[in-house]
Amino acid sequence: MKSLIQKLVEIPAPSGYEMQIRAAVKVEIEPFVSEVKIDPLGNLIAHKDAASGGLKIMVAAHMDEIGIMVTHVDENGFIRFTNIGSVYLRTCIGGRVRFLNGTVGVIGIERTDNRSEVPPVEKMFIDIGAAHRKDCPVRVGDVAAFDCPFLDMGDRLVAKAMDDRIGVVVLIETLRQLKKTPHQLYFVFSAQEEVGTRGAITAAYALEPDLGLAVDVTSTGDTPKGVKMDVSLGKGPAIKVRDTGMLSDPRVVDWMVRIAQKAHIPYQFEVLENGSTDARSIQIARAGVPSGCLSVPCRYIHTPSEMVDYSDVQNAVRLLLELLSGEDKPF
Amino acid sequence: MKTKRGAISKDLPKLRSAEIQLLERLCNAISVSGDEGEVREIVLEQVKPYADEVKIDALGNVLVTRKGITRRSDTRRLRVMLAAHMDEVGFMIVNDEGEGIFRFGVVGEIDSRQLPGHAVKVGSDHIPAVIGAKPVHLVEESDLKHVFPLDDLRIDAGPGNGKGGKIKVGDWATFAIRFKRIGPSLRAKALDDRVGVASLIELVKHAPANIDLLAAFTVQEEVGLRGAGVAAYAFDPDMAIVLDCTPANDLPDWHGEENIQYNTHLGAGPAIYIADRATLSDPRLVRFFIETAEVQGIPYQLRQPGGGGTDAGAIHRRRIGIPSISISVPTRYPHTAASIARFSDWQNTFSLVYTALSKLTSEVLAGER
Repeated sequence: MKSLIQKLVEIPAPSGYEMQIRAAVKVEIEPFVSEVKIDPLGNLIAHKDAASGGLKIMVAAHMDEIGIMVTHVDENGFIRFTNIGSVYLRTCIGGRVRFLNGTVGVIGIERTDNRSEVPPVEKMFIDIGAAHRKDCPVRVGDVAAFDCPFLDMGDRLVAKAMDDRIGVVVLIETLRQLKKTPHQLYFVFSAQEEVGTRGAITAAYALEPDLGLAVDVTSTGDTPKGVKMDVSLGKGPAIKVRDTGMLSDPRVVDWMVRIAQKAHIPYQFEVLENGSTDARSIQIARAGVPSGCLSVPCRYIHTPSEMVDYSDVQNAVRLLLELLSGEDKPF
Repeated sequence: MKTKRGAISKDLPKLRSAEIQLLERLCNAISVSGDEGEVREIVLEQVKPYADEVKIDALGNVLVTRKGITRRSDTRRLRVMLAAHMDEVGFMIVNDEGEGIFRFGVVGEIDSRQLPGHAVKVGSDHIPAVIGAKPVHLVEESDLKHVFPLDDLRIDAGPGNGKGGKIKVGDWATFAIRFKRIGPSLRAKALDDRVGVASLIELVKHAPANIDLLAAFTVQEEVGLRGAGVAAYAFDPDMAIVLDCTPANDLPDWHGEENIQYNTHLGAGPAIYIADRATLSDPRLVRFFIETAEVQGIPYQLRQPGGGGTDAGAIHRRRIGIPSISISVPTRYPHTAASIARFSDWQNTFSLVYTALSKLTSEVLAGER
C-alpha cells in the first residue's frame, strides 16, 4: 500500500483540475468494479455490483488538493497568484509549487518591515526562473500544487496531499480486498472538495444513496501545544461525531463503533472544531441522507508535509471492509 | 488586442442605436434585488415575440426557451442555459424618522463610504431624494479622518413623503443617475448587470439554430445568487453560460509600479472567467471560448482569478452538475452611483458569445472535464 500512497500523493491535482489523479485512480480500480463513470464536475464514480437488496451506500474520498492559481505574470517573469482552497500562507514562504505542465517554482515575498507578520497573498510571488514575461511558460489561470517529496519514516508517512489521497488509497484498497457485500456500493472519488465540497453535492444528487460515508483526514491533538483534541496518530481511525459542517447520524456512529469493537479494530471518537468533509454535502442532498465519516488522523493538515500513521491507514481499510461487507446495518 | 486571424461571419448581429436605447431603458429602470418588476417587464416585452415558451417562476426569474432546428434527425441539440441577472444593488427604507428623513439599509454589497452626497430614487414612484451628509462648511478637521458609518446616513426626500405619503418602510431605492453615452463609453448605474440582460435579450432575438437556447433572466443575484440556482434546477441544461459584469480596476498605479491587481482592463474585450470564489469554470468551456475568440479575431481577456462570484456559482452545482462558465463585460466603478463600460467591450462580448453558441456542438463536452 505504501507504493500506491507514494504514487498518488505525488500527482498534482488542485481542485477543479483533477484530470491526472483521476486517470491514475481509474487504472487502479477498474479491475474491481463493474462500472466507472465521470460526471460533469469531474467526479469519478465507481459501482461495485452486488446482489440486489441491502443499502445503497455512497463512500466518498476526494481526489483534489489545495493549490494556487496564477493571476498575473509581471514584465520580469514573476508570477502572482491566488489560493485554491484553504492555503496557510505562512507555509508558503520558501515553498515550492509544481504546475500541471511540470514547471516548478519557488515562492518569494516582497520586502517587509514587519518580519513577524505573514504577508497577504498579494505580496507573494512565484519565481520559476524566467527573466521576462515572454520566457514564462505559465499563464493566467494555470494551476499548481505544492511540491514536496513523499517521505517514509517507517510507521509514519509524510507528504503533501495526504488530505485526501490517503482516503483515496483507503477506498482503492477496500475495493481490492472486498470479496462480497450485501449492499449496492458506489465509490465516489470526488472533485472540488477543498473549495466547498462541491463535487459531493452533485454526486450525491445523482446517486440518491440510503447512506453516505466520507473517508477523509482529521486533525490531531498530539503535538506540542497543539489544539486540545482527543485524536492521536497511531490510535486507530477516528469515527466522526461532529465537525463544523455536519452532525453525523448517531445511528451511523453507533454502527461504526459496534463493528469496530466486534472486529477488535482500534478506533477513536472525533469532534473536529475546524473543518468539514464531503459528508456534509451528502447529508443534505435531495431529501436528506444519513451520513457519517471515517477519518484518518493527520498532523500538519494543509501544509506541504502532512503526516499520517501507517497502522491507522491499515486499520481504516479493515474497518471500512467490515462496515461494507457485513450484514449488520446502521438502520 | 489580438490580431485579426479570421473574419467574423457576415450574419453576426451588430449592436446599434436601437440596442443602445434598450440598454438605456434597462439601466434607468429601478430593479433592486427582490423588486425586479421594472426590468422584468422590459424583458418580457422584448422576448415574447421570439420565444417558444416564457415562464415566470416562483422567485420571479424569467425563463425563456427558444428551440433550435435540427437538420438531421439523429443529432440531439445541446440545451444551453444563458443567465443574466435583472437585479441591481441598492437600498431599503428601514425607518421613517419624520420630515421626509429615512434611515436605510443596503441591499447587496455597497461600500458605504461611497454614498454621501448621491441622489437616489425611492419606491415604485421613483421619488427623488438625496443621501445627505454634513457640508464641508461645518466639517471639523478631525471629521475628515473618519468615515460616516451607514447608521449615520439618511435618505432625505423632503416633507410630505413619509407617514401616509408615498414612501414607506420596506420600499427599495437606488442611485438616480441617468444613462449616458460618452464617446466610446457607456455611463450608467446598474450596468451590472443590465448589459448582460441586454446581451441576453439580443441572443434570444438572434438565437443560433444549432442549440436550444434556455435564457434565464435571474433575480436576487446580488444577495447571494439565489435566483439562478432554482432556474438551473428547472431548466436542467447540458451546460451554462453566465453573462455578467466584472470590475475593471485598471487605472495606473500612481507610484509607477506595474498594476498587478487590475482584475480586467476596459477596452480589452470580453473577460473570460477561469475561477472566482464561487466557481471553477469548466476548463473545456474556457478552452472553447479562447479558441473561438482567437480563430474569429475577437479580442478577449482572462479575468484575474480571485474573489467574487456570478450566477455560475449557483448553477454549476445543481442536479448532477452543470458545466459552466462566465463571460463578463469589464466595468469601472460597479456597485457605485455611476459605472463606466466601453461600447466596444459590449459589442465584442456579444460577438464572442453569439459566435461561440453558433459553433457549439456536443463535441465540446465530449471529453472529461
